[in-house]
Amino acid sequence: MLMAYIWVGMLAVSVLYGCWAGTVPAVSAALMEGAAAAVELCLSVCGAVCLWTGVMELMRRSGLAEGLSRLLAPLLRLIFPRSFADPDCAAALSANFSANLLGLGNAATPAGIKAVRHMARLGGQCAGNELCRLVVMNTASVQLLPATVAAVRAACGAADAFDILPCVWISSLVSVSAGLLTARLLERKAS
Amino acid sequence: MSALIVPLLLCAMGILALSRRVDVFSSLVDGAREGMKISAGMLPALVVLLSGVYMLRASGALDAFCRLLAPALECIGIPKETASLLLIRPFSGSGALAAGSEIMRQFGPDSYVGRCAAVMLGSTETTFYVIAVYFGAAGVKKTRHAIPAALTADLCGFIMASLTVRIFFG
Repeated sequence: MLMAYIWVGMLAVSVLYGCWAGTVPAVSAALMEGAAAAVELCLSVCGAVCLWTGVMELMRRSGLAEGLSRLLAPLLRLIFPRSFADPDCAAALSANFSANLLGLGNAATPAGIKAVRHMARLGGQCAGNELCRLVVMNTASVQLLPATVAAVRAACGAADAFDILPCVWISSLVSVSAGLLTARLLERKAS
Repeated sequence: MSALIVPLLLCAMGILALSRRVDVFSSLVDGAREGMKISAGMLPALVVLLSGVYMLRASGALDAFCRLLAPALECIGIPKETASLLLIRPFSGSGALAAGSEIMRQFGPDSYVGRCAAVMLGSTETTFYVIAVYFGAAGVKKTRHAIPAALTADLCGFIMASLTVRIFFG
């Protein structure tokens, strides 16, 4: 329902502001232009998106995703000491994190949900500290290859669609750390 | 240098997969089929949202709004042209893609603002959607400090995006 309010809000503001600023003809034309631009955008990113989902599937089948989760286990054990005691939960956590890293959204969510259910069984109605940490890690994307964004850049005519990679890595890393740190500070205050 | 990252990575991945007797070609094709579904599934929401974004921009309300937020954003080093992206990012993934691609098209993907928008899109997630999915699945009602912590992470991502693009691309 939230998106409904946002969309109607956007339209109402456009019409009201258009009347005030005298831009109504442009507003009316923009409605159709926007719809056409969406199809154009979709078509122009489709090829690149397909290529990258192909690459991601290859990473999964060649065992790269598993190797990555083994590699990341020590780090995750540090962030989730209680949940990592349970081997099932630990496997789900590793799978969730490595799938996120590789941009395998379809694989990340089921693994994350499995981990979250495990954690909830320990915590009950109230979200435990580690559950909050997992959610924070998933809301701050850590992605090695942001494929869709690169596809949009390429469609807009970027010279090198992936030249933003170092920026994306640093920004993601800092934002995840900031999220986890904030969670850490707030959980201390509550207890 | 950065031009080498992706081709090299792909090449190494292909060789590794072959050495493990994985059928590289059919893996790629099966994955690409999944990508077709993603692209097609994204279209309806994009049509609806981009028509809204275009109207907002054509009316002049978006520019006025960016001007309004400009002083606050400039304070923390974020370019004011990305205001629309910042606001919709936590709520809707396709909305953010619509706003972000519009910024890239308007200012050019290799401009400072265009790069900022791309890095912002790549380094953050649809926060409230993720929170709803995970807490819903866990059957947990009290989210405690998850939302403030997640939003702090988003804000840091936006600030870092503006900062790193300035550092790497001057």
